[in-house]
Amino acid sequence: MTCLPAKTDKKLGLAIDLDTCVGCNACVTACKGWNDQGYGAPLSDQNPYGADPSGTFLNRVHSYQVQAVDTAAVIVNLPRSCLHCEVAPCVTVCPTGASYKRVEDGIVLVNEDACIGCGLCAWACPYGARELDAAAGVMKKCTLCVDRIYNENLPEEDREPACVRTCPTGARHFGDFADPESKVSQLSRARGGVELMPEMGTKPVNRYLPPRPKDTLQASPLAPLLDIKATGFAGWLDKMLGKI
Amino acid sequence: MHPAPSVLVFTVLSGLGFGTLAFLALFAHLYGLPALLLWGLGYGFAIVGLLASTFHLGHPERAWRAFSQWRTSWLSREGIAAVATLTVLAPVALSDWLELGWSRAPATLGAALALVTIGTTSMIYTQLKTVPRWNHWTTPVQFFAFALAGGAMLTGQGIAPLMLALLALAVMAHWQYGDRRFAEVGASMGSATGLGALGKVSVFDPAHTAGNYLMREMIFVVGRKHAAKLRVIALVLACVIPALILVVSAHPVAIGAAVMIHLIGAFAARWLFFAEAEHVVGLYYGKR
Ligand code: SF4
Ligand code: SF4
Ligand code: SF4
Repeated sequence: MTCLPAKTDKKLGLAIDLDTCVGCNACVTACKGWNDQGYGAPLSDQNPYGADPSGTFLNRVHSYQVQAVDTAAVIVNLPRSCLHCEVAPCVTVCPTGASYKRVEDGIVLVNEDACIGCGLCAWACPYGARELDAAAGVMKKCTLCVDRIYNENLPEEDREPACVRTCPTGARHFGDFADPESKVSQLSRARGGVELMPEMGTKPVNRYLPPRPKDTLQASPLAPLLDIKATGFAGWLDKMLGKI
Repeated sequence: MHPAPSVLVFTVLSGLGFGTLAFLALFAHLYGLPALLLWGLGYGFAIVGLLASTFHLGHPERAWRAFSQWRTSWLSREGIAAVATLTVLAPVALSDWLELGWSRAPATLGAALALVTIGTTSMIYTQLKTVPRWNHWTTPVQFFAFALAGGAMLTGQGIAPLMLALLALAVMAHWQYGDRRFAEVGASMGSATGLGALGKVSVFDPAHTAGNYLMREMIFVVGRKHAAKLRVIALVLACVIPALILVVSAHPVAIGAAVMIHLIGAFAARWLFFAEAEHVVGLYYGKR
């Protein structure tokens, strides 16, 4: 059913720390690995070893340069996946009811057996979180590893999304944003977690923790030497060479 | 946005088809062969358009499921309205053709449903906040103007040249407002990455070097460079020439020629409607 729930009991999502993420792409690989073998159609690749490779991914890591006026540029890696929006436009546009948002935990999912692969939900998502699988003809998106987080066959520590479990720097945190005392809520509060593209009115659940301010650029200790005026012979040489 | 041929055929032909059906239902007093010809064209365009819309589906065999989510989905509403229109008008068309003398009572309802169908088609695009150029009242106005101008021409209405003039205004308004919509909505690389407060954001390293579904479907930058020329061509073919022809002559051959030229212009305009529309996801790739 494509009507959005007025309220979900939990708001499961990710807090992603842009200060810590090193852009290693381990989360991309872990995501593709896990989601290739269980829930729904596998994430196919087309021509993976050819000249024009392409494939379905639920998580992609971008790298941006941020240039402030008075400091050196910083590089920020930004993993991009479904933000499990509260007002998910991808759900309401779906003509078949294949897209839905769960009342119990707010996870946005696709019922692949009902999906006709029209692609309208991918058009409706501002964040590029949905990709139509070219082999299966159905829409794929992050499931927040719904088949891990409640899976009692897995050891306790593995009951979190594959990307979170694998991140070598601990940049990804999983939890319930509806609970103000949860780890992710506290982290987001403490670090000023931001919503992406709030102007789209989607009310995303995931939060991005902005990079901490960097030290200001130190002037080089040798800098004063650059200003020394040569005198005498060196000064004459400097002048003559300058003229050539 | 990628101007896929199936979507161009769908929106252009179904618009013309339902516009024609609306005029036939309300204003036509045709019987026998002329009735068969015109109702046939109306139904033909509408049905070919609808069928084309299923070509780009990953699973066309499940298309029936698309009738289920009318509560929230404009695409679902469009499917229902289209089928309802074609069903309600069927006895009217049959009676006109075979001169059965049946009541034309369903005609008004059918015409209203045809208009609803055109509106729902336009809302599939208008509803998308992610494509600022479409997310504006000029989108439905343009879709209605195309459908009604096309319908008026095909059914030989005297007001066709006037409708074509209105269409030209609607299309130009869509371009005029559309050109500033993206800036108006305010999405930027800064807001997309949430890093805008820290400084000027630019792409350092793309997330992937080869293309993907998102880039193929939503980041269509090729061909925009001739947009200005194509706009003029679209306007001249879709509106100016057909209007001139119809002012000079209302002969069926003139109407046929005018409609053909109009259709070429309509396809050019619809190509631009997609090709010029920028999706906010492009911001993640530093493209629009
Ligand atoms: S991020 Fe995109 S796919 Fe995920 S819930 Fe929001 S709109 Fe839907
Ligand atoms: S692609 Fe599938 S999930 Fe997306 S809107 Fe179409 S039917 Fe719904
Ligand atoms: S695994 Fe962690 S550090 Fe590596 S790209 Fe993903 S979020 Fe960043």
